[in-house]
Amino acid sequence: MNFYAIKAIYLFEMARTWRTLMQSIASPVLSTSLYFIVFGSAIGSRMAEIDGISYGAYIIPGLIMLTVLTESTSNASFGIYMPKFSGTIYEILSAPISAAEIVIGYVGAAASKSIVLGLIILITATFFVDFSIQHPFWMLAFLVLTSISFSLLGFIIGVWAQSFEQLQIVPLMIIAPLAFLGGSFYSIHMLPPLWQTITLFNPVVYLVSGFRWSFYGVSDVQVGISLGMIGIFILICLAIIAWMFKTGYKLKV
Amino acid sequence: MQSILSVQNLSKVYPGGFHALKSINLDIYHGEIFALLGPNGAGKTTLISIICGIVNPGEGKVVAGGFDIVKDFRSARQLIGLVPQELSVPIFETVWDTVKFSRGLSGKPLDAAYLEQLLRDLSLWDKRHSKIMTLSGGMKRRVLIAKALAHQPRILFLDEPTAGVDVELRRDMWQMIRGLRDNGVTIILTTHYIDEAEEMADRIGVINKGQLILVEEKVSLMKKLGKKQLTLQLAQRLSEIPASLAEYPLSLSSNGEQLIYTYDEQNEKVKITDLLRRLADLQIEFRDLNTSQSSLEDIFVSLVEGK
Ligand SMILES: Nc1ncnc2c1ncn2[C@@H]1O[C@H](COP(=O)(O)OP(=O)(O)OP(=O)(O)O)[C@@H](O)[C@H]1O
Ligand SMILES: [Mg+2]
Repeated sequence: MNFYAIKAIYLFEMARTWRTLMQSIASPVLSTSLYFIVFGSAIGSRMAEIDGISYGAYIIPGLIMLTVLTESTSNASFGIYMPKFSGTIYEILSAPISAAEIVIGYVGAAASKSIVLGLIILITATFFVDFSIQHPFWMLAFLVLTSISFSLLGFIIGVWAQSFEQLQIVPLMIIAPLAFLGGSFYSIHMLPPLWQTITLFNPVVYLVSGFRWSFYGVSDVQVGISLGMIGIFILICLAIIAWMFKTGYKLKV
Repeated sequence: MQSILSVQNLSKVYPGGFHALKSINLDIYHGEIFALLGPNGAGKTTLISIICGIVNPGEGKVVAGGFDIVKDFRSARQLIGLVPQELSVPIFETVWDTVKFSRGLSGKPLDAAYLEQLLRDLSLWDKRHSKIMTLSGGMKRRVLIAKALAHQPRILFLDEPTAGVDVELRRDMWQMIRGLRDNGVTIILTTHYIDEAEEMADRIGVINKGQLILVEEKVSLMKKLGKKQLTLQLAQRLSEIPASLAEYPLSLSSNGEQLIYTYDEQNEKVKITDLLRRLADLQIEFRDLNTSQSSLEDIFVSLVEGK
Protein backbone atom coordinates (compact mmCIF):
# COMPACT_ATOMS: atom_id res chain seq x y z
CA MET A 1 0.00 0.00 0.00
CA ASN A 2 1.25 3.46 -0.90
CA PHE A 3 0.05 5.31 2.21
CA TYR A 4 1.92 8.48 1.35
CA ALA A 5 -0.03 8.72 -1.88
CA ILE A 6 -3.38 8.12 -0.19
CA LYS A 7 -2.51 10.78 2.34
CA ALA A 8 -1.42 13.20 -0.39
CA ILE A 9 -4.68 12.81 -2.32
CA TYR A 10 -6.77 12.94 0.85
CA LEU A 11 -5.11 16.10 2.11
CA PHE A 12 -5.31 17.71 -1.32
CA GLU A 13 -9.05 17.11 -1.40
CA MET A 14 -9.56 18.28 2.17
CA ALA A 15 -7.57 21.44 1.41
CA ARG A 16 -10.05 22.10 -1.40
CA THR A 17 -12.82 21.93 1.18
CA TRP A 18 -11.15 24.55 3.35
CA ARG A 19 -10.58 26.78 0.35
CA THR A 20 -14.28 26.63 -0.46
CA LEU A 21 -15.53 26.63 3.11
CA MET A 22 -18.52 28.87 2.43
CA GLN A 23 -19.85 26.80 -0.38
CA SER A 24 -19.02 23.41 1.05
CA ILE A 25 -20.14 23.79 4.68
CA ALA A 26 -21.98 27.04 5.17
CA SER A 27 -24.43 26.75 2.32
CA PRO A 28 -25.76 23.25 3.12
CA VAL A 29 -26.05 24.21 6.79
CA LEU A 30 -27.97 27.33 5.85
CA SER A 31 -30.38 25.54 3.56
CA THR A 32 -31.07 22.81 6.12
CA SER A 33 -31.71 25.44 8.76
CA LEU A 34 -34.32 26.90 6.43
CA TYR A 35 -35.96 23.50 6.16
CA PHE A 36 -36.05 23.24 9.94
CA ILE A 37 -37.66 26.65 10.24
CA VAL A 38 -40.25 26.03 7.54
CA PHE A 39 -41.08 22.35 8.02
CA GLY A 40 -39.96 21.82 11.58
CA SER A 41 -41.22 24.90 13.36
CA ALA A 42 -43.74 26.66 11.12
CA ILE A 43 -45.58 23.86 9.38
CA GLY A 44 -44.46 21.10 11.73
CA SER A 45 -46.26 22.59 14.71
CA ARG A 46 -49.57 22.12 12.89
CA MET A 47 -48.82 18.58 11.73
CA ALA A 48 -49.84 15.42 13.53
CA GLU A 49 -47.17 13.20 15.00
CA ILE A 50 -45.91 10.34 12.83
CA ASP A 51 -45.27 7.03 14.63
CA GLY A 52 -45.49 8.93 17.86
CA ILE A 53 -42.75 11.38 16.93
CA SER A 54 -43.28 15.12 16.47
CA TYR A 55 -43.03 16.13 12.81
CA GLY A 56 -40.08 18.45 13.45
CA ALA A 57 -38.07 15.60 14.96
CA TYR A 58 -39.35 13.10 12.40
CA ILE A 59 -37.76 14.91 9.47
CA ILE A 60 -34.29 15.36 11.02
CA PRO A 61 -32.81 12.05 9.80
CA GLY A 62 -34.29 12.62 6.34
CA LEU A 63 -32.92 16.14 6.12
CA ILE A 64 -29.45 14.99 7.12
CA MET A 65 -29.63 12.23 4.52
CA LEU A 66 -30.79 14.69 1.87
CA THR A 67 -27.70 16.82 2.39
CA VAL A 68 -25.31 13.92 2.84
CA LEU A 69 -26.49 12.26 -0.38
CA THR A 70 -26.30 15.32 -2.60
CA GLU A 71 -23.06 16.60 -1.07
CA SER A 72 -21.31 13.21 -1.22
CA THR A 73 -22.22 12.81 -4.85
CA SER A 74 -21.30 16.28 -5.95
CA ASN A 75 -18.10 16.44 -3.89
CA ALA A 76 -16.71 13.14 -4.96
CA SER A 77 -17.63 13.74 -8.59
CA PHE A 78 -16.06 17.18 -8.59
CA GLY A 79 -12.91 15.85 -6.91
CA ILE A 80 -12.05 13.46 -9.73
CA TYR A 81 -13.58 15.52 -12.53
CA MET A 82 -11.41 18.58 -11.86
CA PRO A 83 -8.03 16.92 -12.55
CA LYS A 84 -9.55 15.30 -15.62
CA PHE A 85 -10.76 18.68 -16.80
CA SER A 86 -7.54 20.58 -16.04
CA GLY A 87 -5.25 17.80 -17.28
CA THR A 88 -3.48 17.32 -13.95
CA ILE A 89 -4.83 13.77 -13.87
CA TYR A 90 -1.66 12.79 -15.75
CA GLU A 91 0.12 12.87 -12.45
CA ILE A 92 -2.32 10.52 -10.76
CA LEU A 93 -2.23 8.11 -13.68
CA SER A 94 1.56 8.05 -13.89
CA ALA A 95 2.16 7.72 -10.14
CA PRO A 96 3.06 4.40 -8.52
CA ILE A 97 -0.41 3.96 -7.10
CA SER A 98 -3.15 1.42 -7.61
CA ALA A 99 -6.78 2.11 -8.45
CA ALA A 100 -7.75 1.16 -4.90
CA GLU A 101 -5.44 3.79 -3.44
CA ILE A 102 -6.77 6.46 -5.77
CA VAL A 103 -10.33 5.62 -4.77
CA ILE A 104 -9.53 5.54 -1.04
CA GLY A 105 -7.96 8.99 -1.32
CA TYR A 106 -10.74 10.67 -3.28
CA VAL A 107 -13.74 8.85 -1.88
CA GLY A 108 -12.33 8.93 1.65
CA ALA A 109 -12.01 12.70 1.50
CA ALA A 110 -15.49 13.22 0.05
CA ALA A 111 -17.02 10.87 2.61
CA SER A 112 -15.17 12.52 5.52
CA LYS A 113 -16.54 15.84 4.45
CA SER A 114 -20.10 14.49 4.27
CA ILE A 115 -19.82 12.91 7.70
CA VAL A 116 -18.65 16.18 9.22
CA LEU A 117 -21.42 17.98 7.37
CA GLY A 118 -24.01 15.50 8.64
CA LEU A 119 -22.84 15.98 12.22
CA ILE A 120 -22.90 19.76 11.85
CA ILE A 121 -26.48 19.60 10.63
CA LEU A 122 -27.35 17.31 13.51
CA ILE A 123 -25.99 19.88 15.92
CA THR A 124 -27.83 22.65 14.08
CA ALA A 125 -31.05 20.67 14.48
CA THR A 126 -30.75 20.75 18.28
CA PHE A 127 -31.33 24.49 18.09
CA PHE A 128 -34.71 24.02 16.41
CA VAL A 129 -36.18 20.77 17.66
CA ASP A 130 -36.06 18.53 20.74
CA PHE A 131 -34.99 15.01 19.95
CA SER A 132 -32.84 12.17 21.24
CA ILE A 133 -30.86 9.42 19.52
CA GLN A 134 -31.68 5.88 20.61
CA HIS A 135 -28.84 4.05 18.83
CA PRO A 136 -25.89 6.50 18.48
CA PHE A 137 -23.55 3.79 17.23
CA TRP A 138 -25.89 2.77 14.46
CA MET A 139 -26.63 6.38 13.67
CA LEU A 140 -22.92 6.91 13.06
CA ALA A 141 -22.67 3.64 11.14
CA PHE A 142 -25.51 4.64 8.79
CA LEU A 143 -24.01 8.08 8.32
CA VAL A 144 -20.57 6.66 7.47
CA LEU A 145 -21.90 3.95 5.15
CA THR A 146 -24.19 6.35 3.33
CA SER A 147 -21.40 8.89 2.90
CA ILE A 148 -19.09 6.24 1.51
CA SER A 149 -21.63 4.71 -0.83
CA PHE A 150 -22.74 7.98 -2.38
CA SER A 151 -19.17 9.24 -2.58
CA LEU A 152 -18.42 6.10 -4.58
CA LEU A 153 -21.37 6.93 -6.82
CA GLY A 154 -20.05 10.49 -7.13
CA PHE A 155 -16.63 9.17 -8.11
CA ILE A 156 -18.24 7.15 -10.90
CA ILE A 157 -20.13 10.20 -12.11
CA GLY A 158 -16.95 12.29 -12.04
CA VAL A 159 -15.09 9.77 -14.17
CA TRP A 160 -18.03 9.48 -16.55
CA ALA A 161 -18.81 13.19 -16.93
CA GLN A 162 -17.43 15.01 -19.95
CA SER A 163 -18.72 18.46 -19.02
CA PHE A 164 -19.79 20.51 -16.04
CA GLU A 165 -23.42 20.12 -17.08
CA GLN A 166 -23.18 16.35 -16.96
CA LEU A 167 -21.43 16.65 -13.62
CA GLN A 168 -24.29 18.56 -12.08
CA ILE A 169 -27.17 16.87 -13.75
CA VAL A 170 -27.02 13.62 -11.78
CA PRO A 171 -27.06 15.12 -8.27
CA LEU A 172 -29.67 17.63 -9.38
CA MET A 173 -31.98 15.55 -11.51
CA ILE A 174 -31.65 12.10 -9.91
CA ILE A 175 -30.25 12.18 -6.39
CA ALA A 176 -32.26 15.15 -5.10
CA PRO A 177 -35.66 13.87 -6.39
CA LEU A 178 -34.92 10.38 -5.07
CA ALA A 179 -34.04 11.88 -1.72
CA PHE A 180 -37.23 13.98 -1.62
CA LEU A 181 -39.39 11.03 -2.62
CA GLY A 182 -37.49 8.62 -0.38
CA GLY A 183 -39.46 9.38 2.76
CA SER A 184 -37.39 12.28 4.06
CA PHE A 185 -40.49 14.27 4.91
CA TYR A 186 -43.08 11.53 5.39
CA SER A 187 -43.50 7.88 6.22
CA ILE A 188 -43.99 5.84 3.09
CA HIS A 189 -46.96 4.21 4.84
CA MET A 190 -48.75 7.50 4.28
CA LEU A 191 -48.69 6.85 0.50
CA PRO A 192 -51.38 4.98 -1.47
CA PRO A 193 -50.50 1.23 -1.81
CA LEU A 194 -49.37 1.48 -5.44
CA TRP A 195 -46.91 4.25 -4.62
CA GLN A 196 -45.67 2.38 -1.60
CA THR A 197 -44.63 -0.45 -3.88
CA ILE A 198 -43.04 1.87 -6.45
CA THR A 199 -41.17 3.68 -3.68
CA LEU A 200 -39.49 0.44 -2.64
CA PHE A 201 -37.41 0.69 -5.83
CA ASN A 202 -35.96 3.93 -4.54
CA PRO A 203 -32.70 3.09 -2.74
CA VAL A 204 -32.92 6.22 -0.64
CA VAL A 205 -35.98 4.81 1.16
CA TYR A 206 -33.76 2.21 2.80
CA LEU A 207 -31.17 4.74 3.86
CA VAL A 208 -33.64 7.18 5.37
CA SER A 209 -35.61 4.42 7.03
CA GLY A 210 -32.55 2.83 8.60
CA PHE A 211 -31.17 6.17 9.66
CA ARG A 212 -34.49 7.17 11.25
CA TRP A 213 -34.57 3.86 13.10
CA SER A 214 -31.20 4.69 14.68
CA PHE A 215 -32.77 7.90 16.01
CA TYR A 216 -36.23 6.84 17.11
CA GLY A 217 -36.41 3.07 16.85
CA VAL A 218 -39.12 3.21 14.17
CA SER A 219 -38.63 2.38 10.53
CA ASP A 220 -40.55 1.94 7.27
CA VAL A 221 -38.56 -1.12 6.27
CA GLN A 222 -36.60 -3.54 8.42
CA VAL A 223 -33.18 -2.33 9.54
CA GLY A 224 -31.48 -5.50 8.33
CA ILE A 225 -32.85 -4.88 4.84
CA SER A 226 -31.62 -1.30 4.99
CA LEU A 227 -28.11 -2.42 5.83
CA GLY A 228 -28.21 -5.12 3.19
CA MET A 229 -29.27 -2.62 0.54
CA ILE A 230 -26.44 -0.23 1.43
CA GLY A 231 -24.02 -3.16 1.26
CA ILE A 232 -25.29 -4.14 -2.18
CA PHE A 233 -25.12 -0.55 -3.37
CA ILE A 234 -21.50 -0.23 -2.23
CA LEU A 235 -20.58 -3.49 -3.94
CA ILE A 236 -22.17 -2.40 -7.22
CA CYS A 237 -20.31 0.92 -7.11
CA LEU A 238 -17.01 -0.82 -6.35
CA ALA A 239 -17.55 -3.23 -9.22
CA ILE A 240 -18.20 -0.36 -11.64
CA ILE A 241 -15.13 1.53 -10.44
CA ALA A 242 -12.97 -1.58 -10.74
CA TRP A 243 -14.19 -2.02 -14.29
CA MET A 244 -13.50 1.66 -15.06
CA PHE A 245 -9.90 1.36 -13.97
CA LYS A 246 -9.39 -1.98 -15.63
CA THR A 247 -10.53 -0.72 -19.01
CA GLY A 248 -9.35 2.85 -18.45
CA TYR A 249 -12.89 4.02 -19.22
CA LYS A 250 -12.81 7.83 -19.80
CA LEU A 251 -9.51 7.94 -17.92
CA LYS A 252 -7.10 6.49 -20.41
CA VAL A 253 -7.35 5.80 -24.13
CA MET B 1 26.13 0.05 -22.97
CA GLN B 2 23.68 -0.69 -20.21
CA SER B 3 20.06 -0.11 -21.10
CA ILE B 4 17.79 1.45 -18.48
CA LEU B 5 14.67 1.57 -20.60
CA SER B 6 13.71 -0.93 -23.21
CA VAL B 7 10.76 -0.60 -25.56
CA GLN B 8 9.96 -3.81 -27.40
CA ASN B 9 7.65 -4.08 -30.41
CA LEU B 10 5.37 -1.45 -29.00
CA SER B 11 2.30 -0.63 -31.07
CA LYS B 12 -0.64 1.57 -30.34
CA VAL B 13 -3.97 1.85 -32.10
CA TYR B 14 -6.20 4.61 -30.73
CA PRO B 15 -9.90 3.90 -30.46
CA GLY B 16 -11.20 4.92 -33.84
CA GLY B 17 -8.51 2.90 -35.51
CA PHE B 18 -5.66 5.39 -35.80
CA HIS B 19 -2.31 3.60 -35.80
CA ALA B 20 -0.22 5.96 -33.67
CA LEU B 21 2.77 3.68 -33.02
CA LYS B 22 3.97 0.88 -35.26
CA SER B 23 6.14 -1.72 -33.59
CA ILE B 24 8.62 0.58 -31.88
CA ASN B 25 11.90 -0.92 -30.66
CA LEU B 26 14.09 1.35 -28.64
CA ASP B 27 16.74 1.02 -25.96
CA ILE B 28 17.69 3.99 -23.85
CA TYR B 29 21.11 3.78 -22.23
CA HIS B 30 21.81 4.51 -18.63
CA GLY B 31 22.81 8.13 -18.08
CA GLU B 32 22.32 9.46 -21.59
CA ILE B 33 20.34 12.33 -23.00
CA PHE B 34 18.15 10.99 -25.75
CA ALA B 35 16.34 13.38 -28.07
CA LEU B 36 13.24 12.18 -29.83
CA LEU B 37 12.48 14.22 -32.90
CA GLY B 38 9.57 14.10 -35.27
CA PRO B 39 6.93 16.29 -36.86
CA ASN B 40 3.59 17.09 -35.24
CA GLY B 41 1.51 13.98 -34.77
CA ALA B 42 4.46 11.63 -35.22
CA GLY B 43 3.70 9.76 -31.99
CA LYS B 44 6.26 11.19 -29.56
CA THR B 45 3.77 12.06 -26.84
CA THR B 46 1.94 8.79 -27.38
CA LEU B 47 5.16 6.84 -26.81
CA ILE B 48 6.01 8.76 -23.66
CA SER B 49 2.44 8.52 -22.36
CA ILE B 50 2.39 4.77 -22.71
CA ILE B 51 5.68 4.39 -20.87
CA CYS B 52 4.43 6.62 -18.05
CA GLY B 53 1.05 4.90 -17.75
CA ILE B 54 -1.21 7.65 -19.06
CA VAL B 55 -2.20 5.87 -22.25
CA ASN B 56 -3.08 2.19 -22.43
CA PRO B 57 -0.34 0.22 -24.14
CA GLY B 58 -1.21 -1.74 -27.24
CA GLU B 59 0.90 -4.71 -28.24
CA GLY B 60 4.47 -5.05 -27.08
CA LYS B 61 6.17 -4.34 -23.80
CA VAL B 62 8.25 -1.78 -21.98
CA VAL B 63 10.79 -2.47 -19.27
CA ALA B 64 12.11 0.38 -17.10
CA GLY B 65 15.04 -0.27 -14.80
CA GLY B 66 14.34 -3.98 -15.11
CA PHE B 67 10.65 -3.63 -14.20
CA ASP B 68 7.81 -4.32 -16.59
CA ILE B 69 5.72 -1.13 -16.70
CA VAL B 70 2.45 -3.05 -16.47
CA LYS B 71 3.19 -5.99 -14.19
CA ASP B 72 5.62 -4.12 -11.95
CA PHE B 73 4.10 -0.70 -12.37
CA ARG B 74 4.91 0.48 -8.86
CA SER B 75 8.63 -0.15 -9.08
CA ALA B 76 8.80 1.07 -12.67
CA ARG B 77 6.94 4.31 -12.03
CA GLN B 78 8.98 5.17 -8.95
CA LEU B 79 11.95 5.44 -11.28
CA ILE B 80 10.19 7.66 -13.78
CA GLY B 81 9.45 11.38 -13.79
CA LEU B 82 7.38 13.12 -16.45
CA VAL B 83 7.17 16.72 -17.56
CA PRO B 84 4.14 16.70 -19.86
CA GLN B 85 3.79 18.72 -23.03
CA GLU B 86 0.66 20.53 -21.85
CA LEU B 87 0.94 23.08 -19.05
CA SER B 88 -1.39 21.14 -16.77
CA VAL B 89 -0.97 22.56 -13.29
CA PRO B 90 -3.31 22.74 -10.30
CA ILE B 91 -3.84 26.49 -10.45
CA PHE B 92 -5.39 26.91 -7.00
CA GLU B 93 -2.48 25.24 -5.23
CA THR B 94 0.70 26.87 -4.01
CA VAL B 95 4.03 25.84 -5.49
CA TRP B 96 5.16 24.26 -2.25
CA ASP B 97 1.94 22.31 -1.74
CA THR B 98 1.93 20.88 -5.22
CA VAL B 99 5.55 19.79 -5.06
CA LYS B 100 4.86 18.13 -1.72
CA PHE B 101 1.81 16.47 -3.26
CA SER B 102 3.92 15.02 -6.09
CA ARG B 103 6.45 13.72 -3.61
CA GLY B 104 3.68 12.06 -1.63
CA LEU B 105 2.15 10.42 -4.69
CA SER B 106 5.40 8.61 -5.37
CA GLY B 107 5.19 6.93 -1.99
CA LYS B 108 8.27 8.58 -0.54
CA PRO B 109 8.33 10.44 2.78
CA LEU B 110 8.61 14.21 2.68
CA ASP B 111 12.18 15.47 2.33
CA ALA B 112 11.87 19.20 2.91
CA ALA B 113 15.57 19.87 2.43
CA TYR B 114 15.60 18.18 -0.96
CA LEU B 115 12.46 19.97 -2.11
CA GLU B 116 13.89 23.30 -1.00
CA GLN B 117 17.05 22.69 -2.98
CA LEU B 118 14.97 21.64 -5.97
CA LEU B 119 12.91 24.82 -5.89
CA ARG B 120 16.04 26.89 -5.44
CA ASP B 121 17.67 25.23 -8.43
CA LEU B 122 14.61 26.08 -10.50
CA SER B 123 14.46 29.66 -9.16
CA LEU B 124 11.05 28.94 -7.64
CA TRP B 125 11.93 29.20 -3.98
CA ASP B 126 10.77 32.81 -3.72
CA LYS B 127 7.47 31.79 -5.25
CA ARG B 128 6.88 28.80 -3.02
CA HIS B 129 3.87 30.35 -1.29
CA SER B 130 2.34 31.76 -4.47
CA LYS B 131 -0.68 30.20 -6.03
CA ILE B 132 0.25 28.66 -9.33
CA MET B 133 -2.29 30.71 -11.25
CA THR B 134 -0.28 33.82 -10.40
CA LEU B 135 2.86 32.49 -12.10
CA SER B 136 4.02 33.16 -15.64
CA GLY B 137 4.03 30.45 -18.30
CA GLY B 138 7.76 29.83 -17.96
CA MET B 139 7.42 29.53 -14.19
CA LYS B 140 4.54 27.09 -14.59
CA ARG B 141 6.74 24.99 -16.83
CA ARG B 142 9.38 24.98 -14.10
CA VAL B 143 6.75 23.97 -11.56
CA LEU B 144 6.03 20.98 -13.78
CA ILE B 145 9.72 20.13 -13.79
CA ALA B 146 9.88 20.47 -10.01
CA LYS B 147 6.88 18.16 -9.67
CA ALA B 148 8.48 15.61 -11.98
CA LEU B 149 11.71 15.68 -9.95
CA ALA B 150 10.08 15.75 -6.51
CA HIS B 151 10.55 12.01 -6.05
CA GLN B 152 14.13 11.90 -7.39
CA PRO B 153 13.44 9.79 -10.48
CA ARG B 154 16.20 7.97 -12.36
CA ILE B 155 14.55 8.44 -15.74
CA LEU B 156 13.13 11.79 -16.73
CA PHE B 157 10.84 12.42 -19.66
CA LEU B 158 10.66 15.98 -20.92
CA ASP B 159 7.97 16.42 -23.55
CA GLU B 160 8.90 19.68 -25.29
CA PRO B 161 10.30 21.27 -22.14
CA THR B 162 11.33 24.47 -23.85
CA ALA B 163 8.22 25.18 -25.89
CA GLY B 164 7.29 28.81 -25.27
CA VAL B 165 10.31 29.46 -23.08
CA ASP B 166 12.55 32.49 -23.60
CA VAL B 167 16.13 32.20 -24.77
CA GLU B 168 17.71 32.79 -21.40
CA LEU B 169 15.47 30.34 -19.61
CA ARG B 170 16.15 27.79 -22.32
CA ARG B 171 19.86 28.07 -21.61
CA ASP B 172 19.16 27.64 -17.90
CA MET B 173 17.09 24.58 -18.61
CA TRP B 174 19.77 23.04 -20.75
CA GLN B 175 22.18 23.67 -17.93
CA MET B 176 19.84 22.05 -15.46
CA ILE B 177 19.23 19.04 -17.70
CA ARG B 178 22.98 18.54 -18.07
CA GLY B 179 23.33 18.80 -14.31
CA LEU B 180 20.75 16.07 -13.87
CA ARG B 181 22.52 13.89 -16.37
CA ASP B 182 25.77 14.40 -14.47
CA ASN B 183 23.97 13.10 -11.41
CA GLY B 184 23.12 9.93 -13.24
CA VAL B 185 19.58 10.73 -14.38
CA THR B 186 18.71 9.38 -17.79
CA ILE B 187 16.87 11.93 -19.90
CA ILE B 188 14.52 11.48 -22.81
CA LEU B 189 13.34 14.71 -24.35
CA THR B 190 11.28 15.65 -27.34
CA THR B 191 11.69 18.94 -29.08
CA HIS B 192 10.91 20.76 -32.27
CA TYR B 193 14.03 22.90 -31.88
CA ILE B 194 16.66 20.97 -33.71
CA ASP B 195 19.41 23.13 -32.28
CA GLU B 196 18.30 21.93 -28.88
CA ALA B 197 18.84 18.31 -29.83
CA GLU B 198 22.11 19.22 -31.49
CA GLU B 199 23.25 21.03 -28.39
CA MET B 200 22.08 18.56 -25.78
CA ALA B 201 21.61 15.05 -27.02
CA ASP B 202 23.99 12.12 -26.90
CA ARG B 203 21.73 10.15 -29.19
CA ILE B 204 18.90 11.06 -31.47
CA GLY B 205 15.85 9.16 -32.55
CA VAL B 206 13.58 10.27 -35.35
CA ILE B 207 9.99 9.15 -35.37
CA ASN B 208 7.59 9.77 -38.21
CA LYS B 209 4.04 8.53 -38.66
CA GLY B 210 4.41 6.17 -35.73
CA GLN B 211 7.60 4.57 -36.99
CA LEU B 212 11.03 4.98 -35.51
CA ILE B 213 12.99 5.65 -38.66
CA LEU B 214 16.37 6.24 -37.14
CA VAL B 215 18.33 6.01 -33.90
CA GLU B 216 21.92 7.22 -33.94
CA GLU B 217 24.65 8.76 -31.90
CA LYS B 218 24.37 12.44 -32.60
CA VAL B 219 28.01 12.77 -33.60
CA SER B 220 28.01 9.85 -35.97
CA LEU B 221 24.66 10.87 -37.36
CA MET B 222 26.02 14.25 -38.25
CA LYS B 223 29.12 12.63 -39.74
CA LYS B 224 27.22 10.05 -41.69
CA LEU B 225 24.47 12.14 -43.05
CA GLY B 226 26.05 15.52 -42.66
CA LYS B 227 26.99 16.78 -46.10
CA LYS B 228 29.70 19.36 -46.36
CA GLN B 229 29.81 21.95 -49.07
CA LEU B 230 32.78 23.80 -50.38
CA THR B 231 31.83 27.00 -52.15
CA LEU B 232 34.35 28.73 -54.35
CA GLN B 233 33.81 32.37 -55.33
CA LEU B 234 35.21 32.44 -58.84
CA ALA B 235 37.35 35.28 -60.08
CA GLN B 236 35.78 34.96 -63.53
CA ARG B 237 32.40 33.65 -64.42
CA LEU B 238 32.08 30.20 -65.89
CA SER B 239 29.40 29.39 -68.39
CA GLU B 240 29.61 25.68 -67.69
CA ILE B 241 31.59 23.18 -65.67
CA PRO B 242 34.61 22.04 -67.69
CA ALA B 243 34.19 18.49 -69.00
CA SER B 244 37.48 17.38 -67.41
CA LEU B 245 35.94 18.00 -63.96
CA ALA B 246 32.94 15.77 -64.65
CA GLU B 247 34.07 13.16 -62.13
CA TYR B 248 33.53 15.60 -59.24
CA PRO B 249 30.06 16.28 -57.82
CA LEU B 250 30.16 19.93 -58.74
CA SER B 251 27.45 22.42 -59.45
CA LEU B 252 27.54 25.93 -60.73
CA SER B 253 25.42 28.74 -59.38
CA SER B 254 23.02 30.23 -61.89
CA ASN B 255 25.05 33.42 -62.32
CA GLY B 256 28.18 31.36 -62.90
CA GLU B 257 30.10 33.02 -60.08
CA GLN B 258 30.13 30.17 -57.59
CA LEU B 259 31.33 26.65 -57.96
CA ILE B 260 29.87 24.35 -55.33
CA TYR B 261 31.40 21.06 -54.34
CA THR B 262 29.35 18.75 -52.14
CA TYR B 263 31.11 15.98 -50.28
CA ASP B 264 30.90 13.64 -47.32
CA GLU B 265 33.35 14.60 -44.69
CA GLN B 266 34.65 11.17 -43.86
CA ASN B 267 35.73 9.71 -47.20
CA GLU B 268 36.41 12.62 -49.49
CA LYS B 269 38.93 14.72 -47.65
CA VAL B 270 41.72 13.84 -50.04
CA LYS B 271 39.74 14.77 -53.07
CA ILE B 272 39.57 18.42 -52.11
CA THR B 273 43.27 18.89 -52.61
CA ASP B 274 42.91 17.00 -55.88
CA LEU B 275 40.11 19.25 -56.99
CA LEU B 276 41.96 22.42 -56.09
CA ARG B 277 45.03 21.22 -58.00
CA ARG B 278 42.91 20.44 -61.07
CA LEU B 279 41.34 23.90 -60.91
CA ALA B 280 44.76 25.45 -60.80
CA ASP B 281 45.78 23.39 -63.83
CA LEU B 282 42.73 24.67 -65.67
CA GLN B 283 43.59 28.19 -64.57
CA ILE B 284 40.28 28.66 -62.86
CA GLU B 285 40.96 31.15 -60.13
CA PHE B 286 38.88 31.94 -57.11
CA ARG B 287 38.66 34.94 -54.83
CA ASP B 288 37.32 33.26 -51.78
CA LEU B 289 36.14 29.94 -50.42
CA ASN B 290 34.07 28.68 -47.54
CA THR B 291 32.75 25.39 -46.31
CA SER B 292 29.47 24.68 -44.60
CA GLN B 293 28.09 21.64 -42.87
CA SER B 294 24.47 20.64 -42.94
CA SER B 295 22.71 20.98 -39.60
CA LEU B 296 20.66 18.37 -37.87
CA GLU B 297 17.68 20.27 -39.14
CA ASP B 298 18.60 19.60 -42.78
CA ILE B 299 19.18 15.96 -41.92
CA PHE B 300 15.87 15.74 -40.17
CA VAL B 301 13.96 17.39 -42.98
CA SER B 302 15.52 15.18 -45.60
CA LEU B 303 14.78 12.07 -43.53
CA VAL B 304 11.17 12.90 -42.88
CA GLU B 305 10.51 14.01 -46.42
CA GLY B 306 12.32 11.04 -47.88
CA LYS B 307 9.91 8.61 -46.25
N1 LIG C 1 -6.63 10.37 -27.61
C1 LIG C 1 -6.40 10.19 -28.92
N2 LIG C 1 -7.33 9.61 -29.70
C2 LIG C 1 -7.11 9.43 -31.01
N3 LIG C 1 -5.98 9.80 -31.64
C3 LIG C 1 -5.02 10.39 -30.91
C4 LIG C 1 -5.18 10.62 -29.51
N4 LIG C 1 -4.06 11.22 -29.04
C5 LIG C 1 -3.26 11.36 -30.10
N5 LIG C 1 -3.81 10.87 -31.23
C6 LIG C 1 -3.22 10.86 -32.56
O1 LIG C 1 -2.01 10.14 -32.52
C7 LIG C 1 -1.04 10.77 -33.32
C8 LIG C 1 0.21 10.99 -32.53
O2 LIG C 1 -0.03 11.98 -31.55
P1 LIG C 1 1.09 12.45 -30.55
O3 LIG C 1 0.46 13.38 -29.59
O4 LIG C 1 1.77 11.26 -30.02
O5 LIG C 1 2.07 13.24 -31.52
P2 LIG C 1 3.40 14.05 -31.18
O6 LIG C 1 4.50 13.41 -31.93
O7 LIG C 1 3.57 14.20 -29.73
O8 LIG C 1 3.06 15.45 -31.84
P3 LIG C 1 3.42 16.94 -31.36
O9 LIG C 1 4.78 17.23 -31.86
O10 LIG C 1 2.41 17.78 -32.06
O11 LIG C 1 3.29 17.00 -29.90
C9 LIG C 1 -1.68 12.04 -33.86
O12 LIG C 1 -2.08 11.81 -35.17
C10 LIG C 1 -2.87 12.25 -32.99
O13 LIG C 1 -3.92 12.84 -33.70
MG1 LIG D 1 3.54 15.72 -28.44
